[in-house]
Amino acid sequence: MSAKIPVTVLTGYLGAGKTTLLNRILSEPHGKKFAVIVNEFGEIGIDNELVVGADEEVFEMNNGCVCCTVRGDLIRIIDGLLKRRGRFDGILVETTGLADPAPVAQTFFLDDTVGERTALDAVVTVADAKWLKDRLRDAPEAKNQIAFADVILLNKADLVNPDELRDVELRIRAINPYARIHHTTRCEVAIGSVLGQGAFDLERILAIEPAFLEEDHHHHDEEVQSIALSSEKPLDPDRFFAWVQELVAREGPKILRSKGILSFKDDPQRFVFQGVHMVLDGDHQREWRADEKRESRIVFIGRELDAEAIEKGFKSSVA
Amino acid sequence: MTSPETLPSLAQKVRPIETGSHVVAAAFLGECAVFATGEGEVLVTGESEARVKAHSGAILEAANDGNRIVTAGDDGRLVAVDRQGQSETLVEAPGKWIDHVALGPDGALAWSVGRTVFARTQKGENKLDLPSTVGGLAFAPKGLRIAIAHYNGATLIYLNAPEAVPELLGWKGSHLGDLFSPDGRFLITVMQEPTLHGWRLADGQHMRMSGYPGRVRSIGFTADGKWLATSGAREVILWPFQGKDGPMGKEPRLLAPGQGETRVSAVACHPKHEVLAAGYSDGMVMLVRLADGALILARRASGSPVSALAWRADGQVLAFGSEDGQAGLLAL
Repeated sequence: MSAKIPVTVLTGYLGAGKTTLLNRILSEPHGKKFAVIVNEFGEIGIDNELVVGADEEVFEMNNGCVCCTVRGDLIRIIDGLLKRRGRFDGILVETTGLADPAPVAQTFFLDDTVGERTALDAVVTVADAKWLKDRLRDAPEAKNQIAFADVILLNKADLVNPDELRDVELRIRAINPYARIHHTTRCEVAIGSVLGQGAFDLERILAIEPAFLEEDHHHHDEEVQSIALSSEKPLDPDRFFAWVQELVAREGPKILRSKGILSFKDDPQRFVFQGVHMVLDGDHQREWRADEKRESRIVFIGRELDAEAIEKGFKSSVA
Repeated sequence: MTSPETLPSLAQKVRPIETGSHVVAAAFLGECAVFATGEGEVLVTGESEARVKAHSGAILEAANDGNRIVTAGDDGRLVAVDRQGQSETLVEAPGKWIDHVALGPDGALAWSVGRTVFARTQKGENKLDLPSTVGGLAFAPKGLRIAIAHYNGATLIYLNAPEAVPELLGWKGSHLGDLFSPDGRFLITVMQEPTLHGWRLADGQHMRMSGYPGRVRSIGFTADGKWLATSGAREVILWPFQGKDGPMGKEPRLLAPGQGETRVSAVACHPKHEVLAAGYSDGMVMLVRLADGALILARRASGSPVSALAWRADGQVLAFGSEDGQAGLLAL
């Protein structure tokens, strides 16, 4: 089986600079060819051989779960692209400013053909340093895109002063403490900071450390928040899975992203998982190293999460 | 499990064909086997072998009526190729993908671009906009009627009565392909979920055919219409359609399991006998006799999934193709 084709999803609110980033990725001399999937209304000025228009059709899966949605158009387009897979090395998906990233991400886990042949590499969100704070106030989509991101380009950084930049970064951190943030002007960023992130790759979940935590300045976003929990005592796998599966089944619509590194009782291996809404993907990763602290860490990013109940549930799965 | 090494084998009789890219469809135009590929080519084998560059991009789907193969491309073109390798562009929609195509009686033709279905008959052309992207098109065995699979069901229209209100067969979920039973009593769709759905057209009675580990991509009725053969599982799944209720309340038959974790990726029922060809995700092709499940190896595993299978109309030759471009013909 040949390697899976990496897929990078570019999101961001209208005018933040997604198309600029897209063109930058395409024009860099990396020698790679991309198939580009854009929404039909924004395909102005993309200089690439293989550009396909998408129509952002969100389909519910027929399993009784309202958050198990996929992008029907992506499945159709990727099926088509796979018929000439030798022509490109990666796929870039640009969403509209109003798109929810979850159905895009879930497509790569819920559709078997897409999941077998391609791998979601990362969700990259372009945010406008000057206007993001306003959008976080008035546009739920903008908040979702920040909460969902693995990489955030805080773009148009030249249009704000250092205090404003710091302030907007704190706002981002209140929602998503785990994404890698890059300050950019006209989306100038090393391509290696955007592509090849392996953010959904279980092999590459190394550690769960917030990139930035300053309790004094920590703005608690009232709606979207992250909950990080840890335990130095090993977990009981049966109790943990029963709890986490019940949690995502019940609270799935509110949980945007989740990730965990787990130490189970009498298990020499690290167990890692990551999830989008109620779709969880997990596996044993490798042996715990002798010099490594055997600690379980999990994080949930979501809206209106009941932190107390989640903490209680997690603690109850300690062996 | 039977090892393919111990099975009677016809693999040595295969005439190998290198198409160069993903085989999207195989078909026979009279005596000639044709293969449509992901690089937009139609390879016509036979006395005059021809390689027709029909599309500048990939062929997404193909239909044939025994006289011509019509290919739908992501270059927005619909191209007909005959057994001499002569091609004719039927439709051009620059900048669009033509996702689906189907051929009906008297040269009737239907295709879809996103949410729009177009149909061309001797009387002219008409079009229908649907609320969601078209997942598949199928002509009814009789009359100028097509079934359009889409999100939340399928829509039936009569091409010679475009003013009639389309009939909607509703079922929640995304329907990605469809097929009428040979007697025209049932419509079957393959879904985004690993399941098939069906309707008895007389009364709209639903039929659910589920239990697959993966999405079903290839389905076909046996020549006598008694069985619906499908891919999607480790074995060929056969749903009984002998009775008036179709497979409702009945168990399917499971035949010809693949090796290990491999699954059936394509099926093609023999045009005359109770025999079918099954292609697997590891590239193996087997002939299966339905009466007793007896197997004959037609092609050894190659590593690349079988993506196309077709029988010649007389049932004497089988054509197969796989995702890596390797194809072949087996004369029985």
